[in-house]
Amino acid sequence: MPSNETLREMHHQMVRIRLFEETIQKAYFEGKTPAFDIAAGPVPGEMHLAAGQEPVAAGVCAHLRSTDAVTATHRPHHVALAHGMDMKRLAAEIFGKDTGLGHGKGGHMHLFDAATNFGCSGIIAEGMPTAVGHALAFKKQDRDDIAVSFFGEGAANQGAFHESLNLAALWKLGVVFVCEDNAWAISVPKEKSTAIANNSDRAAAYGIPGVLIPDNDPVAIYEAAGEAVARARRGGGPSLIEVKTDRLFGHFEGDPQLYRSKQEFALIKERDALRVYERRLIDTGVMTSQDAQATWDRARAEIGEAIEFARSSPYPEPASALLHVFA
Amino acid sequence: MAVETKRLLTTSKAISEAIAMEMERDPSVFVMGEDIGTYGGIFGATAGLLEKFGPERVMDTPISETAFIGAATGAALSGSRPIVELMFVDFFGVCMDQIYNHMAKIHYESGGALNVPVVVTTAIGGGYGDAAQHSQTLYGMFAHLPGMKIVVPSTPYDAKGLMTAAIRDDNPVLYMFHKGIMGLGWMTPNPRATAHVPEEAYTVPIGKADVKREGRDLTIVTLSLMVHRALDAADELAKEGIEAEVLDLRTVIPLDREAIVASVSKTRRLLVVDEDYRSFGLSGEVVSTVIEGAWGRLERPPVRLTYPDVPIPYSRPLEQFCLPDRDKIAAAARQLMA
Ligand SMILES: Cc1ncc(C[n+]2csc(CCOP(=O)(O)OP(=O)(O)O)c2C)c(N)n1
Repeated sequence: MPSNETLREMHHQMVRIRLFEETIQKAYFEGKTPAFDIAAGPVPGEMHLAAGQEPVAAGVCAHLRSTDAVTATHRPHHVALAHGMDMKRLAAEIFGKDTGLGHGKGGHMHLFDAATNFGCSGIIAEGMPTAVGHALAFKKQDRDDIAVSFFGEGAANQGAFHESLNLAALWKLGVVFVCEDNAWAISVPKEKSTAIANNSDRAAAYGIPGVLIPDNDPVAIYEAAGEAVARARRGGGPSLIEVKTDRLFGHFEGDPQLYRSKQEFALIKERDALRVYERRLIDTGVMTSQDAQATWDRARAEIGEAIEFARSSPYPEPASALLHVFA
Repeated sequence: MAVETKRLLTTSKAISEAIAMEMERDPSVFVMGEDIGTYGGIFGATAGLLEKFGPERVMDTPISETAFIGAATGAALSGSRPIVELMFVDFFGVCMDQIYNHMAKIHYESGGALNVPVVVTTAIGGGYGDAAQHSQTLYGMFAHLPGMKIVVPSTPYDAKGLMTAAIRDDNPVLYMFHKGIMGLGWMTPNPRATAHVPEEAYTVPIGKADVKREGRDLTIVTLSLMVHRALDAADELAKEGIEAEVLDLRTVIPLDREAIVASVSKTRRLLVVDEDYRSFGLSGEVVSTVIEGAWGRLERPPVRLTYPDVPIPYSRPLEQFCLPDRDKIAAAARQLMA
């Protein structure tokens, strides 16, 4: 069982992720109403938000240090924040500013941060081989750092998933594969894309542990991740963790979500993991409702500052588009 | 007197209509891909097909491109005529082998005995902040690899006719639609993306370019969304007395070299406008075609206005700096005339 301090810190992470995603959502729709134009406003392009999936990021990243490598997906903000990415530089990148992580070159699906050894990809499952490579380098360098690869359940049907699990298992690399099963790959439900119910079962095919967390519970995720991370650090090889989680928003912002039923929307709102977890911490005396309120206030202030930093930062020089093709 | 009203369609509706008509005509045609059923395709190219033809012929797939695009090749070898969509051209890396080593080569390797009638559809192009992995055009890369036809329509009329032709073609055809020509409600409005489309089935021949605007002073060779930008630039130039001919390639493979040479022989000046990367690609091929076929007719060295050889940046000022547009086209044309 995590300490009360850890329980509160996970709550704090979940709160700042939720507020960050809600704030980006609002900013995204600026300039896009009444007529939605994906190219308009301060944040153009596609926007994939991770509200609902906070427990996965908070529970896993609680075990990581900044030298551990993390690879994420097209839906990367929750993981980036929980792994300690500077929120200001993240926000500035999303706003396309020169002060952003990639000086505006990457955007929200292509966040790269040397300070937290973080990377992500908009190509499904393609962050997984990179995670294997990070772990390979750690092994060669005799470091006990590990790599964690986050991916959606949709990615588990790509060749890269299977190849990465096999390679990591074969070479006994310190990788933790974390499957965020939010039941949907855009409009395609899990049961229409995947021949088995639980991706954690696929671990058996590669002779590695596969753990299923059925209910988006941050504490259960924390405990499973703790074991997998410890195993990876001591040279015990990779593990696969699958979490049944919820995507509270659309696949991307502006997604009409006609493929989802009213009952489903009601259900996921009802079981919102952040609300449930906060209630539990208060009910079990881990924190008071005043503590909770203070956490929300602190996160709101942090996000306010980050967004203000992003908005007030300058855009990169147009011709700087030609820089950084080669080292 | 009754006024005859011409039916207007967006490009995406024109494409889905062509597919539906061919599915009605030929029971061996079916469609598969990610989010093409319930969602109707992220870019609407398969909207309404699931309702009309059911899940046996309109199949949502897992995110397993190597498997389902390879399966299209296999199905074609065994008598089906699959249309298979892969959302964004940027994603082809994960399944390229099935395309360029299999789909594209089997007819040749079999000494002409086997046909692979697959249509692969995908969205191309940027300009809306979708960054390095969702904005490329890449037709030049595919065109480099023998064995696939490549069509790149710019208008609703051509889109329907080229889709019909692609489905009836016995070769693999890569059908690439720019997001900006589709007439989607969530993209920047483009008046040229909605136009008259006849209700009956018709084909636009694969391999034939089309003069979208006649002119005597220079030829702008281009394709896809850049046709629209070039036409806008040509309107500007006309006000200054410069008459640009806009040649819409429509097909990359086979390239209509005759039409290119004929137009440049007439105007004696060539401007190639291309949203694809600059080097080793389409724009260079067009210039070579003109050097080989109209050398003595050239008044000026050909000019290329293309995407520079850099990954596509996210931030708006960076992306706009890289992207050819109306004003850049007009400026390049003026220079060519000066
Ligand atoms: C190789 C590849 N194929 C298709 C896509 C288009 N695409 C983007 S997100 C997505 C669904 C991903 O689902 P999942 O992996 O479950 O992640 P989620 O979006 O649910 O977080 C698809 C099909 C892509 N980006 N890359």
